[in-house]
Amino acid sequence: MKNVLGRFVPEGYEPFAGSGAYKDKKRIIIQEKKTSRGFEKLSSISQMFDRLGIKDGMTLSFHHHLRNGDFVLNMVAEEIKRRNLKNIKLAPSSIFPNNRILAELIENGNVTEIYTDYVNGPVAEAISRGKLKGMCVMHTHGGRPMAIESGALHIDVAILAVPAVDKDGNGTGTVGDSACGSLGYAESDLKYADKVVFVTDTLIDKAENPQLDGKYVDYVLKVDAIGDPKGIVSGTTKITKDPVGLKIARNTVKLLEELGLIEEGLSMQTGAGGTSLAVAYYVRNRMLEKGIKGSFASGGITGYFTDMLEEGLFKELYDVQCFDLKAVQSIGKNSAHHAMSGSRYANPYDDNVVDKLDFVILGATEIDLDFNVNVTTDSHGMIMGGSGGHSDTAHGAKVTVITTNLVKSRLPIIKEKVTTVTTPGEDVDVLVTERGIAINPRRQDLLERVKGSKLPIVPIEKLLEAAHKITGVPEKLKQSDKPVGVVVYRDGTVIDTIYKIREEGK
Amino acid sequence: MKRGIAGSLESNDALITVKESDKLTITVKSIVYDFFHKQIEKVIRDTLKELGVEKIDVVCEDKGALDYTIKARLIVAVKKMEASE
Repeated sequence: MKNVLGRFVPEGYEPFAGSGAYKDKKRIIIQEKKTSRGFEKLSSISQMFDRLGIKDGMTLSFHHHLRNGDFVLNMVAEEIKRRNLKNIKLAPSSIFPNNRILAELIENGNVTEIYTDYVNGPVAEAISRGKLKGMCVMHTHGGRPMAIESGALHIDVAILAVPAVDKDGNGTGTVGDSACGSLGYAESDLKYADKVVFVTDTLIDKAENPQLDGKYVDYVLKVDAIGDPKGIVSGTTKITKDPVGLKIARNTVKLLEELGLIEEGLSMQTGAGGTSLAVAYYVRNRMLEKGIKGSFASGGITGYFTDMLEEGLFKELYDVQCFDLKAVQSIGKNSAHHAMSGSRYANPYDDNVVDKLDFVILGATEIDLDFNVNVTTDSHGMIMGGSGGHSDTAHGAKVTVITTNLVKSRLPIIKEKVTTVTTPGEDVDVLVTERGIAINPRRQDLLERVKGSKLPIVPIEKLLEAAHKITGVPEKLKQSDKPVGVVVYRDGTVIDTIYKIREEGK
Repeated sequence: MKRGIAGSLESNDALITVKESDKLTITVKSIVYDFFHKQIEKVIRDTLKELGVEKIDVVCEDKGALDYTIKARLIVAVKKMEASE
């Protein structure tokens, strides 16, 4: 079966029918887990497996707030390996290179299905090479809470790393040796998993304003360390120094200004990549020059945004996960820096934050002539990421801007058709490159606004031509026909299929 | 044996190693092999023709270099080979 974008949808999955199709369906919410004040203390991971009866075929969930410094998923993986459990389904909100042990578990058939929003490193490679027996189901950050609350993704045990837990079982991310700030992606797991375990390295008397309510907690396990706080900082959380990236950022801000988006009360989100942060920085400078104040910024929050909050440039920050330690410190002390759940952030059926955004600045691994964006695989079809909040924010924001170099290591970023669709072109409005700006023809309103502009605004086809002139025309790569995963849009439908990569080539 | 090396393994560059040989051999390793190996081989052949070199062993380790970079690295590698003892 094919979906509305002409992409193949494997048997048993519902095809994507458009980014607004969720509005015609009703929200389904299963019963929250039965709650009881009072939890049992566990003494080891092994005891946790015995006490909870963790066995073959179960679904275990995790959050990724400790990012590449997380120890908890790996501890559980070691125990699965030791016990040689089979057909375990894992549902971590993301998977990072430090979780490489999972590649071994996949190979051995210990883990046979994966549900996640983002995966890179050795585990992504194992999946792309066809080692996972079942499918890798890739959600968005808003689609995951929707899948959990509706029962589509049923969790037997949520094993949640929590930086500090108090006497009543309340959990917080703002204190402890492994403080990571917001724990937004853990909230749905907490409420809807059959059983919940908090794994912590810090027991405290009373948590202030705890994000995770102790009434849902069944077990608390204290370990020596749940993670390495240095690992929570993501790859790039500094402004780019690359002159090309800076040019793209400057032109982006000029364009935002011409579109009337840098005005009193603005709301925005950017990714944590170097160019996105440069956009944030230039927006800040324009706000200071114009003497205006914004309403809010959201997303994964970095120190650049907490600085803007402290300078009075935003009234509020809505933070689903902290990208750097400065953000972690801010969320503990600034009352206008709010932690939010993944559902509040981006669940299509929640009163979500993404729908209130004026603009969002996002990246792309590939973008095509229909403005479809791929951030899930590289041009070979190898998994190297995932939507995260990409397609959620692109749908919610009034204007979605993709910033990218025209060419990266000889590969043109613009394609006739992207290898994998993560975010549908109907939700992508503008592409800014160093060689020009393309506006999606679906947005005649934006094209109208920039009439007479001095900015280099050209059809996207011209940018593709410019790229090919530099690189030559790349040969077409034929994908294999063996699905290894599906890209699930935020409403639960399948927007594209991920295929096993071909091993030939170098 | 005479040989010459030019370039680097930095992103967007290529490291080209050439050796004297009694036949023409071209080996391309590239991060964009699937998309551009034919084009990279063509640039190497065309450049050798311009230089009037018919028999040589060329190894190109490419990190996404554009044609003019590959051409420049190859010319320098060949000149270094010719100048070597």
